[in-house]
Amino acid sequence: MRELRIHGRGGQGSVTAAELIAIAAFEGGVFAQAFPAFGVERRGAPVQAFVRFDDKIIRKRSQVYEPDYIIVQDSTLIKDVNVFQGVKKGGIVIVNTERVPDFKVPEGVKLITIDATSIALKAIGLPITNTSLMGAFAAATGEIKFSALEHALNHRFPKELAINNIEAARQAYDRVKGAA
Amino acid sequence: MMEITEGSHAVAEAVKFCRPQVIAAYPITPQTHIVEALAEYVANCELDAEYITVENEFSALSACIGASAAGSRTYSATTSQGLALMFEVCFNVAGMRLPIVMSIANRALGAPLSIWNDQQDSISLRDSGWLQFYAEDNQEATDLHYIAYRVAEESSVLLPAFVCFDGFILSHTYEPIDMLTQDDIDRFLPKYTPSERLDAADPISFGMYATPEYYHEFRYEMDRALKESKAIIHKAGKEFGQMFGRDYSAMVEGYRLEDAETAIVALGSICGTTKDAIDEMRDEGKKVGLLKIRVFRPFPTEDVAKALLHVKRVAVLDKNISLGAKGAVTLEVKDALYNSGIPVKGYIIGLGGRDVRKKDIKEIVALVEKGQGDMFYGLRTEVL
Repeated sequence: MRELRIHGRGGQGSVTAAELIAIAAFEGGVFAQAFPAFGVERRGAPVQAFVRFDDKIIRKRSQVYEPDYIIVQDSTLIKDVNVFQGVKKGGIVIVNTERVPDFKVPEGVKLITIDATSIALKAIGLPITNTSLMGAFAAATGEIKFSALEHALNHRFPKELAINNIEAARQAYDRVKGAA
Repeated sequence: MMEITEGSHAVAEAVKFCRPQVIAAYPITPQTHIVEALAEYVANCELDAEYITVENEFSALSACIGASAAGSRTYSATTSQGLALMFEVCFNVAGMRLPIVMSIANRALGAPLSIWNDQQDSISLRDSGWLQFYAEDNQEATDLHYIAYRVAEESSVLLPAFVCFDGFILSHTYEPIDMLTQDDIDRFLPKYTPSERLDAADPISFGMYATPEYYHEFRYEMDRALKESKAIIHKAGKEFGQMFGRDYSAMVEGYRLEDAETAIVALGSICGTTKDAIDEMRDEGKKVGLLKIRVFRPFPTEDVAKALLHVKRVAVLDKNISLGAKGAVTLEVKDALYNSGIPVKGYIIGLGGRDVRKKDIKEIVALVEKGQGDMFYGLRTEVL
């Protein structure tokens, strides 16, 4: 079983990202489970969402403490929340930031930084970074195919919004693939 | 067909397939997605039902009473404080023998305010006369709605039913579910045709005054119907299994229990994590098994006793507490095993959304092996 933990702030679409990643993974033929951990339900408050991937039915219901993958939607969270806690050796951490990282991930963990905010502002016109980060996740981990992500986005959003979000996801996907 | 969807949406779709004619509900976290989806089905003419918007949960279930007494298949959903506000109405529904089905997205009760999961809400209505089904996953959460209507509406039962599934942990989880179709459910669930109903042309009354000469017998008949519903649950669950491959004929379900020395007893979504923990303990050579209780009311006392008579010790997990006594499931299991000599220990766990992990299950097994129990598990003593 592989596990993903997404850190974001309320309103950034972390829960939606988890859901759509699970939907895309399921299309790829694996069992997937996505669920949120709400704190207080308000915009800006730290939020976590989780995804599990497995070849068999997933029965476990606890939160994710030792993730294989971490997505951080907002790098300002790093100083407030121990977002890298428990990440497995060989794991992959994807952080949205436009800066050269001034933080360290645990040893043996791969860090990918991407300026998802700029990508989102250009493609969608809003600083909503979840879809860009889904693209980056697809490229970095191979857990989901880009085509499956595209289907999930098309299914979830009205046409124009879907087109723009797919564009954001594609740019992030290409950037991570290009850097690899 | 297998599809991946959110628990609440899957439940809403399952309810749609049951063709309720009247829905009255009031939104409350974490149940809201269910009634939002149902309101949308009705607005889009995908479901031919009267959707009654109400000012609170008391009115929601009261509206259901009228509709059900008039002979409609009726549905509501709630949780926590919403269910607490329905307390009086719940007893009336059962007393009037109205087979209303209600989804409970289990949540803790305030104060202090908590939006997170435990099972105190539905467990606190255990004496109200409603059947109580508990789902381990979202597959069960959907399937149990079909079973619930089938059993509740049976003429020998005519009692309402809760279908309980853990708030957030299941209600907000996306996972693969084998969704049945409208045709499937039309074959399984016949139209509701009550023999008695409110009819202006042939007037009768529901919920009349009962003097001391009659009240006692009313309660007896409800208790008898609830107990006799076990056979109906068995029959409906078996038939469901024959039709769709998932057999719900048993009210309890063992997991690696046959040769177990230590048995864990639990209800709801905690059973999934427990099964994973059991597999790991089995790999370490520990003979541990699970008895999952799917139906809490009527309580399957004989089935529980039969399933556990060979074990050396029992650990019962309760996501509720009858304050001043014990967890509700623990009390039932102790009753079932009375005189057996098998030690039964209760553990209050996961209240108000406290996460339950595999290591917690393993720690509880270690505790019960040492004979320690009847306690709140995992207390943060530093905040006491």
